[in-house]
Amino acid sequence: MPLRGWLARSLQQPGAPGLRALAVSRDDWRRIAQDVAAAGGRLGPLWASVTQETGPLVHAAFLTENSGLVLALAVADPQGTYPGIEDLFPAAARMQRAIADLSGLRSTATDTRPWLSHALWPHGYRPLSDPPLLQPASEPTVDTYDFVRVEGDGVHEIAVGPVHAGTIEPGHFRFSVVGEKVLRLEERLGYVHKGIEQRFTQLPLLQGHKLAARVCGDCAVAFSWAYCQALEGIAQNEIPHRAACLRALYLELERVANHLGDLGALGNDAGFAFGLMQFGRLKEYLVRTQQEALGQRYLMDAIVPGGTATDLSRTAATSLLECIRKIENEVGTLRLVYEEHAGVRDRFTGAGTVSPELATRLGLVGLAGRASAQAFDLRVDMPCAPYREALVNKVVRSEGDVAARVAVRFDELRESCRLIHYFLGALPEGVHRQPVGVPDEDALGVGLIEGWRGPVWVALQAGPDGTIRRCHPHDPSWQNWPVLEHAVIGNIVPDFPLINKSFNLSYSGHDL
Amino acid sequence: MLKTLRQIASIGIVSEPPPQGDESLCVRTGLQDQIRAVLGRALCIRHVDAGSCNGCELEIHALNNPLYNLEGLGIRFVASPRHADMLLVTGPVSRHMEVALRRTYAATPDPKLVVALGDCGCTGGIFGQSYASCGRVANVIPVDVEIPGCPPAPTRILQGILGALSRSPVGAEQAQEL
Repeated sequence: MPLRGWLARSLQQPGAPGLRALAVSRDDWRRIAQDVAAAGGRLGPLWASVTQETGPLVHAAFLTENSGLVLALAVADPQGTYPGIEDLFPAAARMQRAIADLSGLRSTATDTRPWLSHALWPHGYRPLSDPPLLQPASEPTVDTYDFVRVEGDGVHEIAVGPVHAGTIEPGHFRFSVVGEKVLRLEERLGYVHKGIEQRFTQLPLLQGHKLAARVCGDCAVAFSWAYCQALEGIAQNEIPHRAACLRALYLELERVANHLGDLGALGNDAGFAFGLMQFGRLKEYLVRTQQEALGQRYLMDAIVPGGTATDLSRTAATSLLECIRKIENEVGTLRLVYEEHAGVRDRFTGAGTVSPELATRLGLVGLAGRASAQAFDLRVDMPCAPYREALVNKVVRSEGDVAARVAVRFDELRESCRLIHYFLGALPEGVHRQPVGVPDEDALGVGLIEGWRGPVWVALQAGPDGTIRRCHPHDPSWQNWPVLEHAVIGNIVPDFPLINKSFNLSYSGHDL
Repeated sequence: MLKTLRQIASIGIVSEPPPQGDESLCVRTGLQDQIRAVLGRALCIRHVDAGSCNGCELEIHALNNPLYNLEGLGIRFVASPRHADMLLVTGPVSRHMEVALRRTYAATPDPKLVVALGDCGCTGGIFGQSYASCGRVANVIPVDVEIPGCPPAPTRILQGILGALSRSPVGAEQAQEL
């Protein structure tokens, strides 16, 4: 059956616009995945849950051109296996391993190594199926992990992390190299796994947005908006239009702040400290203006269920406008400096290339995807409230190297500045928040927001009396981490920090 | 090249004078004199993310921007704990980072200071303690200074760091002269 047929059978999925829901049988699970793959669709999150009616479920969410499909497969025998889809969507491999670690449900995939678990939790403990547990202090140990060995004349390994040399999050990289050339990189993540999904189940529905904002601190707006979108979907609440515009304003401010930070850091990693200082200054100017206008340097608590935490005064809007205008001008100058600097060009061009074909095959998403001709942007493809009128210009490049990811950031930064002008200019009158109702038990809402890094998902399942039964946040880094392993092949080790930074993937958002 | 120089000249120096140290953030005292005697005016910090959401890291990065001009105060971030006088630890300590944090602490030469940064580092924050989280930094290694906030602003971080050394901010005079 073509994808159209499955969509016709599906029901509306509460949450983000354009999402459809379908309960499927074991056979259809893979059939649909095949049809989505054949139609050029992409995999979003994979996660497991439990409802009173059905027992354990595995969910998969897919995105096609202008719609999304959320599947639910009831797993009759929790000791058995469900059909893996890692052959169709390589990004599924790690997610399936994570499901086994956290919920105990196993797929048919052959790689059964743990992914998020480092063998430090009590033996056999499944954090999302078993009751919460405050583990007594035991001697911490270091587990062994089967890295894939590369053998041959002159091949040696370089082990990096979890504690890195700079101010970045912890993770482990195992390079197999000959001389300076990288033959293979294998990532090992999970170091900052701090039990976020279990923690969600201990919070009331109306408090969950605070934790969502701290899944990944640099995407606080995207995650808290996606959480609220899921909640408002199942509580059948429409937020006021003013609130939607304010949320979009915050999302674009977050994009500008992160792009400024990355552009500076990328210059620095190319040996051009001037960039770090200049962009660092602009970012500081932005977050200070946010402190004055919105009361927070970073918008960790700006979005709440039903709307936004605070309203925006006229004075605050004016100071934001002025700030963005200034940033836009200065970034224009700095872009010319970057483009005319031979040394910077030399380091950026051709480093860490992901060809469009490889990007399609591996399912690269978000900003990095758009630098490799993956022309997807939810703000255009499946726009939620204020983006429908804002008419976002999609930024796409096809070179797929560090230079392309830098260029996408410059172009998106300019577009975000335009959007900020638009949202501030078109800000409707009215309230910025309204009360949110209590959703039915086991109702599932799915929020989906184009964060600065890529599509951010939150799947939220209500418990009884305003509690959370299950909440699964999904960062686009799940899709892009495996692609980074391919991007560095054939590059030299000293270029890794630059290539890594050009993706700037999240550890916390991935490790949960 | 001309554009670069013109930009540098037109922006000029934007660094601000540092804040006064805030000794009230110290939770353990006694090391200060020893540290001051050994370090004089320089301080090397090794940052360890032990489970943070990456929010505190944004503000640590900000400390290095030209407005705060940390290096102008003689304070810099180093790549190895063996070069460090102070560990700046963020996040609730995840079970998976517990060993790495203990080893980093052991690798840092004495006398050393430990600063727990952010609500999570100080109390476990919103993540608390669980099968996967050891909670606050002090549950794993001894902590000298606690700087709460989610995330704490760079000025607050500086107050904590300078407070730990209970010293007048070195370089203040220089910064003002510039």
